[in-house]
Amino acid sequence: MSNPVTATNGAAFTGIATVKDAGLQGMITLRGDLASKTLQAAVKAATGAEVPGQRKVSLAEGGAAAWMSPDELLLLVPYEEAVAKTAELAEALKGEHALAANVSDARSFFSITGEGAREVLAKIAPVDLSPESFAPGDFRRSRTAQVAAAFWLQEDGSFRVVCFRSVGVYMFNLLSNAAHPQSAVGAY
Amino acid sequence: MLILECPYCGVKAEETELGAGGEAHLKRYGPGSDDDQFHDYLFMRENPKGVHFERWRHANGCGKWFHAARCTMTMEVFGTYAAQTTEPPQEIKDKITAKRPGWSWREFSDAAE
Repeated sequence: MSNPVTATNGAAFTGIATVKDAGLQGMITLRGDLASKTLQAAVKAATGAEVPGQRKVSLAEGGAAAWMSPDELLLLVPYEEAVAKTAELAEALKGEHALAANVSDARSFFSITGEGAREVLAKIAPVDLSPESFAPGDFRRSRTAQVAAAFWLQEDGSFRVVCFRSVGVYMFNLLSNAAHPQSAVGAY
Repeated sequence: MLILECPYCGVKAEETELGAGGEAHLKRYGPGSDDDQFHDYLFMRENPKGVHFERWRHANGCGKWFHAARCTMTMEVFGTYAAQTTEPPQEIKDKITAKRPGWSWREFSDAAE
């Protein structure tokens, strides 16, 4: 069996916020009719989380479901269980117009914690990240500098960032640069 | 900077999050049409100073295509609407009429109701 590692292999950087490789994370892309009872039940069974509302993420113990588009969810599950959960989802969604794909190894996952977390992301994404318009549980798919990314705010005020693994190193360098200790703007 | 509201995810997305898709509401002329029709379908585009309808894609976002009605002169956006339509909805036309009385664009116009 191979030994799975992330693109940045546990890298961390601390400046106005701490940017960290958040490790291996099981991720399943699920497309289908989000209003379907069968799909909602399958999501609940796989992650423990409800189907989230528009631009929201619903977090549960050991799992989460994030709203990617009107017909797409990103499900977070423990890395080791991603393959089995994908198969379970496919089984549960038989007959539905839906598709579940395990994308765990196609993604990179980062956390941004600390005072300057909002600012680090706000510097590189065209998104209003002020506390009034971006609250815990909010999810956004957007752009960070030159690459596509998705991120959400946790209850504890830290961000989680998801991007393609192929740009994982770029993302880490980008976030680290935005978190440079002498780069505080003080906007939030 | 152009800011369009994506009708699918409700995000007020700025230009860099979007992909431009050219003129809206084109009628495709494919097999069975004559050369002139196919030529016009491929190459003839509106280039108005004023009201214009375009296709856009929320590329760095939900990934959906949508339509936008805007003014090429002032960059004013009259509204955005879903892609699953062959003509601008009445609501959008009304909004344009309120701001640009007498407007017209291809077969659509102020008096088109």
